[in-house]
Amino acid sequence: MPAVVKLEDIHRIYDSGEVKVHAVRGVTLELHKGEFMAVMGASGSGKSTLMNTLGCLDRPTSGRYLLDGVDIAGLDRNELADLRNEKLGFVFQGFNLLSRTTALENVELPMLYGRRRISHHDMQERAEHCLAIVGLADRADHFPSQLSGGQQQRVAIARALVNNPQVLLADEPTGNLDSKTAIEVMGVFQKLNDQGITIVMVTHELDIARYCRRNLIMRDGKVVSDVQVTDRLIADTELRRLHEAEAAAKLTA
Amino acid sequence: MSKRLLNLLLPAATGVLFIAVWYAVRFSLSEDMQFLLPSPGEIIGAFRTNGADLAHAALNTAEGALLGFVGAIAISSLLALALSVSSLVRVSLYPYLMMLQMIPVIIFAPILILWVGPGLKSVVVITFLICFFPLVVNTTQGLVSTDRNIVELFRMYRATRPQEIFLLRAPAALPYFFTGLRIAATLAPIGALVGDYTAGSSAGDGGGLGFQAIIYSSQAKYPALFATAAVTCVLGFVFVAVVVGLSWLALHQWHDSYERTDN
Repeated sequence: MPAVVKLEDIHRIYDSGEVKVHAVRGVTLELHKGEFMAVMGASGSGKSTLMNTLGCLDRPTSGRYLLDGVDIAGLDRNELADLRNEKLGFVFQGFNLLSRTTALENVELPMLYGRRRISHHDMQERAEHCLAIVGLADRADHFPSQLSGGQQQRVAIARALVNNPQVLLADEPTGNLDSKTAIEVMGVFQKLNDQGITIVMVTHELDIARYCRRNLIMRDGKVVSDVQVTDRLIADTELRRLHEAEAAAKLTA
Repeated sequence: MSKRLLNLLLPAATGVLFIAVWYAVRFSLSEDMQFLLPSPGEIIGAFRTNGADLAHAALNTAEGALLGFVGAIAISSLLALALSVSSLVRVSLYPYLMMLQMIPVIIFAPILILWVGPGLKSVVVITFLICFFPLVVNTTQGLVSTDRNIVELFRMYRATRPQEIFLLRAPAALPYFFTGLRIAATLAPIGALVGDYTAGSSAGDGGGLGFQAIIYSSQAKYPALFATAAVTCVLGFVFVAVVVGLSWLALHQWHDSYERTDN
């Protein structure tokens, strides 16, 4: 099976006048359909640059990047943007929802742009379907301010799913959430991954990375560790354990 | 006592106390000085005798205030859009916008009378000038204060420039716009009154409250003057109430400044 993502000796050098920053120094990487990878590393390790490259937001200085078999080097700006909107879904630390529009309209947003014209009816149907996937079908007409942080992030995940992406890229998606809500959101990612969606997420937290299948650690622009997770945590199990612990604490109190 | 009842009773009590002090001051004045402060009763009496004139003048002033206010909203919104598009446009126009706000009405009024003639037209222009600045400044600020992350999200999705403005920037600017609108709503009736005072005309029954004030003061009808002030207050309240209502309609569902109970 061909790789969904294929990086070959990727380098990225930022040239800001006198100082040259070599942010990524030769990363080679393959990602197959159905993988769930956490990218970890201290700030300055090059993981954000790597994510920007994966997200087609930034071009590598040298090296080859094939996204679903397409070499991005041969694409102009607009073609790159179209490829990005077609193949990739993005989830951010700060949710980035429009506060004035309902959950449903936020999910519809990515479909308003790009080449493909979709009828309003189909758009709404797909948005509702994606909200149902993240378990928020009953909150479609709520505004972001009427939702909890975890629910807002789930709306953002639904938005990322709406164009049927090959790969979901998440930049610290649990960074703004408390630990229990973070596990709930990881549960949503695990469910999506079980359905075959490829996911790459950046995280600082080691215990969050344990919900993924593969852990990649970067240092000084290089991959220093790339392992399969053996003692993988399952969000549903952890949540049940938390609930039991809470119930026990209430009984003893 | 319920909070709601308290919210009604406290302002009412303040009002009663205020009127009591008013009467006390009035009757502590010697008889030949009492004309300085007419009693509330005398002011109500002035309403009875001058009611028709006042109502007519109030309608004229309201018309001038409304036209100037609406004109200021329309033109300031367009200008704010232009200003938000480029910082170069902002830098080139801002000093002159400030200047527009600094122009004293009393100096401008005689010029305006020469240009458009006294009466409604002058009143509308003066109201427009007074309302314009807070609207432009607030709306522009709103349009350029959009969350950077969401702007980038829109660009990532390859949204067009008009989509970015109308789906993202304009809605995000609404709270700022309404802040400007509230300030302008309090200024509009005052602007119309000042406009009428300095450039009004009674030709064709076109005199407003400012014109009426000139007449009453020249006739030493002080209770009627107080009544005119009261009518102006009411006019101001109506303007502000309408804007507060519109603001609630536009924002209460999603903006954090309004409390929500459902969740």
